[in-house]
Amino acid sequence: MEVFRPSTLDEALRLRAEHPQARPIQGGTDVMVELTFGDARPEALLDLSELAELRGFAEEDGLLRLGAGLTYTEAMQTPLASRLPALAEASRTVGSPQIRNRGTIGGNLGTASPAGDALPPLLAERAEVELASARGTRTMPLAEFLLGVKRTALAPGELVTAVRVRPCEGPQTFAKVGQRNAMVIAICSLAVVVDAEAGEVRAAFGSSAVTARCVVVPLAEAAELPERVVEAASPIDDVRATAAYRRHALRVLAARTLERCLRT
Amino acid sequence: MLAHVRIDLTVNGERREGVLRGGESLLTFLRDTLELPGSKNACEQGECGSCSVLLDGTLVCSCLVLAAQAEGHDVVTVEGLARDGALHPVQQAFVDAGAVQCGFCTPGLVVAVVDLLERMPHPSDDQIREALSGNLCRCTGYAKIFDAVRLAAGRA
Ligand SMILES: Cc1cc2nc3c(=O)[nH]c(=O)nc-3n(C[C@H](O)[C@H](O)[C@H](O)COP(=O)(O)OP(=O)(O)OC[C@H]3O[C@@H](n4cnc5c(N)ncnc54)[C@H](O)[C@@H]3O)c2cc1C
Ligand code: FES
Ligand code: FES
Repeated sequence: MEVFRPSTLDEALRLRAEHPQARPIQGGTDVMVELTFGDARPEALLDLSELAELRGFAEEDGLLRLGAGLTYTEAMQTPLASRLPALAEASRTVGSPQIRNRGTIGGNLGTASPAGDALPPLLAERAEVELASARGTRTMPLAEFLLGVKRTALAPGELVTAVRVRPCEGPQTFAKVGQRNAMVIAICSLAVVVDAEAGEVRAAFGSSAVTARCVVVPLAEAAELPERVVEAASPIDDVRATAAYRRHALRVLAARTLERCLRT
Repeated sequence: MLAHVRIDLTVNGERREGVLRGGESLLTFLRDTLELPGSKNACEQGECGSCSVLLDGTLVCSCLVLAAQAEGHDVVTVEGLARDGALHPVQQAFVDAGAVQCGFCTPGLVVAVVDLLERMPHPSDDQIREALSGNLCRCTGYAKIFDAVRLAAGRA
């Protein structure tokens, strides 16, 4: 198995075009498990971990650009945690310190699991995904990027380079149900953002449909949010919980997170 | 940028190099090629923490790091903690607190506690719990491990 280790984004995009079979790897917290257990045998790997262009975050005119290589640990730290508190809270529930030090939001988008914990907070903030290839750069709403279970709109030759968010004023939070507090895949999860300027409340939930999904209600009808969330969900029975339990838990999470946000 | 077969890195302060096997992890490279068996291989999927090492000073599961990604980087394993024949204070605290039974989880826990105390010299119990949530121990029930962390923090 070949490993390409570009040191610039341009070089990475050229390699991506030349070697479409090479699997991108950033933190490796999903890819390494697949390799070790033989679930994936790519001919080659394209290591993105040396690319400075994907690291950290930057802010320009109120628009935050989170590099695809931003780790959960970084998302939990100030000043980012005060700009995107729901993402920080969600990040803190991911795996363990070891996983959070290595796992990235770009990797979470790449995996596109319905349970990806970075997805609900970013969806609720109406995040856009920045995609680059040797042909150029485009952006699309995260909601359009997520197509299904482990399916995304990433085109051949493209890499996720960043997620762009304009944090809205107003309270937001995240909650997740799992068997315990650490190291669990969400049974269901939910992020709520109160967007006072737009006069609406947005809730995005995970682990209860083929992708994380976002629901919007006018601020004046905020009380209806839990019901709307349940209507938008299409959970299944699986090893972790039943669909009925997930519906119940989503209703509770929506009411609870909303209360936390509106109480203040 | 070339496809890698041989890597060069710093392990416990020494320049080391070795030949890689396919998409192997840093964990198997450390254990099998560099003959540093201190980092343990239990789950190979990031769940147990027994393979914990410091990569450029950051706590990671070495089973989830592609060995090729460590090229040019700095790795500290449990073997790199003792100084001049004396155990690291965290290792000594584990011995003194009786925090070791079968010992399989111990190297990973010791590395995780070294990392914790570096960031937070006097952690609360909740902070210890959160910091060690990625390290499983099947023997001790964790009480003595907490004692060891408090002991090491108290002596610092
Ligand atoms: C023990 C354990 C616990 C976990 N707990 C959680 C949890 O609680 N919540 C959660 O959401 N996840 C969890 N995960 C899953 C994983 O940590 C996350 O999905 C993480 O965000 C992946 O990031 P990474 O950088 O490690 O991705 P990688 O493993 O490097 O890559 C993941 C996927 O994305 C692709 N990819 C990576 N970067 C890019 C890019 N820039 N452009 C295009 N494609 C790209 C890769 O090809 C691959 O398909 C856990 C994993 C483990 C091993
Ligand atoms: S062996 Fe790496 S976490 Fe278990
Ligand atoms: S002492 Fe046996 S697993 Fe911890």
